[in-house]
Amino acid sequence: MDFATVLQILDSAVRLMTPLLLACLAGLYSERAGVFDIGLEGKMLMAAFTSASVAYATGSAWLGLLAGIAGAAAMAGLHGLASISFRGNQLISGVAINFLASGLTVLLGQKIFGLGGRTPSLSGAARFGEITLPLADALRPVPVIGPIYAELISGHTLLVYVAFAMVPLTWWVLYRTRFGLRLRAVGENPASVDTAGVSVTRLRYGAVMICGVLCGIAGAYLATGISAGFVKEMTAGRGFIALAALIFAKWRPWSALFATFLFGLMEAVANRFPDLDLGFVTVPSMFMNALPYILTVIILAGFVGRAIPPRAGGEPYVKER
Amino acid sequence: MALAGATGTAPAIELRGICKAFGPVQANRDIDLSVPRGTIHGIIGENGAGKSTLMSILYGFYRPDAGEILVGGKPVAIADSQAAIRAGIGMVFQHFKLVQNFTVLENVVLGAEDGRLLRPSLARARGELKRLAAEYELQVDPDALVEELSVGHQQRVEILKALYRRADILILDEPTGVLTPAEADHLFRILRGLKDEGKTIILITHKLREIMEITDNVAVMRRGEMVASVRTAETSPAALAELMVGRKVLLRVDKAPARPGPPVLEVRGLRMVDADGVERLRGIDLDIRAGEILGIAGVAGNGQTQLLEILGGYAEPGSRLSGEIRLKGQKLPLSGSDGRARRRAGIGHVPEDRQAEGLIMDFTAWENVAFGYQDAPEFRNGLLMDNAAIRKDATGKIARFDIRPPDPDLAAKSFSGGNQQKIVVAREVERNPELLLIGQPTRGVDIGAIEFIHKRILALRDAGRAVLLVSVELDEIMALSDRIAVMFDGRIMGERLPGEATTGDLGCLMAGVDPTAAPPGATARTDADGGAG
Repeated sequence: MDFATVLQILDSAVRLMTPLLLACLAGLYSERAGVFDIGLEGKMLMAAFTSASVAYATGSAWLGLLAGIAGAAAMAGLHGLASISFRGNQLISGVAINFLASGLTVLLGQKIFGLGGRTPSLSGAARFGEITLPLADALRPVPVIGPIYAELISGHTLLVYVAFAMVPLTWWVLYRTRFGLRLRAVGENPASVDTAGVSVTRLRYGAVMICGVLCGIAGAYLATGISAGFVKEMTAGRGFIALAALIFAKWRPWSALFATFLFGLMEAVANRFPDLDLGFVTVPSMFMNALPYILTVIILAGFVGRAIPPRAGGEPYVKER
Repeated sequence: MALAGATGTAPAIELRGICKAFGPVQANRDIDLSVPRGTIHGIIGENGAGKSTLMSILYGFYRPDAGEILVGGKPVAIADSQAAIRAGIGMVFQHFKLVQNFTVLENVVLGAEDGRLLRPSLARARGELKRLAAEYELQVDPDALVEELSVGHQQRVEILKALYRRADILILDEPTGVLTPAEADHLFRILRGLKDEGKTIILITHKLREIMEITDNVAVMRRGEMVASVRTAETSPAALAELMVGRKVLLRVDKAPARPGPPVLEVRGLRMVDADGVERLRGIDLDIRAGEILGIAGVAGNGQTQLLEILGGYAEPGSRLSGEIRLKGQKLPLSGSDGRARRRAGIGHVPEDRQAEGLIMDFTAWENVAFGYQDAPEFRNGLLMDNAAIRKDATGKIARFDIRPPDPDLAAKSFSGGNQQKIVVAREVERNPELLLIGQPTRGVDIGAIEFIHKRILALRDAGRAVLLVSVELDEIMALSDRIAVMFDGRIMGERLPGEATTGDLGCLMAGVDPTAAPPGATARTDADGGAG
């Protein structure tokens, strides 16, 4: 395998990991605050649909992004309402959101566009274009560093850079700000936050809404960055993969970067070598495509060491008498 | 009667006519309370007397239905905890409100940050903690994780939290329940120091000894009402106990001398390593004879729970056991979880945690009264349960144990703590077991029920049965036991007769120090106080 191929695979991995990373960080905020969220998938799907629809109607990828965020945030609000205000079961609420998004996107898509649940293809300004970083072409001839800069680092859509910037930002928010301290506390022991005179409800809603916004960006990237429009079930389990990555990362931002890269890399390898020839045996493409999902199952089954979730996760907060 | 410390200045806290009802239950009825500045004020009462509700109102957890709160002579509305903190009120809850995997510093700062960024807050808190530690003997490593601290140190963190928020009035809810005697002494030194600095302290407890030892004034609550407010110096434990329950109670249990018979339980070299590889029991030797109560004293978490579970036949899965247990000479299998076989062999078990292990909270009283014995011949009708027989049996037990309300169809969770415990005790004691294992028989139980349960335990003993009593309440151990063994760190530290044991002596054993073994002149270091400081 030559250097150019490696670069191509890595470049593809970066694109493919972006929605995973955004969704993973989205889940990180929510779960660190003690609200489990298996509805990442549904939120992303809803965002993909709303962003593609609005981008198509207005011809603006930016308005599409805003619509995506609004779509996912609406679902997040629903999750918050069910699991924070009404103290419902967070898993059931998440499942409901996944089903709701899955059905609603196709229903509305068919009703509005009549294309069997798809949205029309997007082009031009309705999609996020690739950004060429300064000096990318000038540096290209420089050995090793040049191609890495020009191929791998430059030439992605804005949302990819946003996703990567979210990692240090999330770390900073979690560990260096008052909000982060309270967020982590409310996921571990909400009573400590409550008795300190801080509203548990408000904090958790804040976290859930941040989760919605990030899922919205992830969904918009899927529909207007990676692809050119919405296709039925286009998230294809990425929300669940992001959840597995979150557990793999033990709810830490930098580890989330690593974990989602691993998944992105696997998908990229599967795309590049559909029938991987190892010399003595040819790995069938079905197996390659299934790799990320197999890894998900392995992670969720706990084969990668014990991950301790936030202690108050999954529990609605009820004041003790 | 004038309270101690009331000298013209406005009281630190004054409550006027506080009322609070939860549905039909009147938790607080027309409560008046005046706490003079710079004093330690005890509030004592049975479980369910309304102490915690009152304090929750003071800390903004509940809004009173009626009444007025005055802090420093000025009326204040305490709508939430933030308002209470602003009014200078700090609260140390019975169950600490700490984030286990945060450092001490982070816990102290949480909710009282100076600004949006953490670092300046943490830096200031570090300096402030140093000052408070020096001033009030509140030494805690600011960078230690809370989960690595001993219970006593965690409590200091709670006090530091309140002081960091500039609390002038400190409320402590049952603060010594989880402490060793040495830790409790240290806490009292801290409280006296705070009082000397002019802070006002409200101490909620059910331990009369603590009230007598440290408070200036004491208020007694009974069934939601404040029945008395007196100077501590002018009252006595017996008088307070009487006020609490509204009738005379015997603080000392009347018991006939034991007439021990042949040995019932013999334990030899019992060791247990739990699933995490921690050695919980390090070679326990015990003998209990018929007609005798062996009391096991000790701070919770020194292996008592594991001992009870193993004897009861449900050792923690994945644990490794060795040693020998004999019941009336018959060897019992160590491994395996077979509580039913143990029950059949004649071992009754009142577990330490009635809600988790003694009862199924959502099931009715009559079902709960049969659990563990549901396959007994008299409860069976072929393959089916004979529900009518079980109900009849339950109704009898409810009457004999005065379980209130006397309704066998009520779910276990609808009974008060004392009545829940009576259900468990009735079930186990009335089978007349050869050996009764009973853990924390009166934890969270009111005085009336305590007295009743104690009498039943003694009656069982007098009927020639063996009793293994595990309790963290030293008073209970001393009142009931015929012999006292003290457990520390998975070992029996020593054995004493109740007549000759002093609390100080037992306290030393509970902290892992054998006073008789200490070389003369050497200062005994108490492990329990060393902790993870």
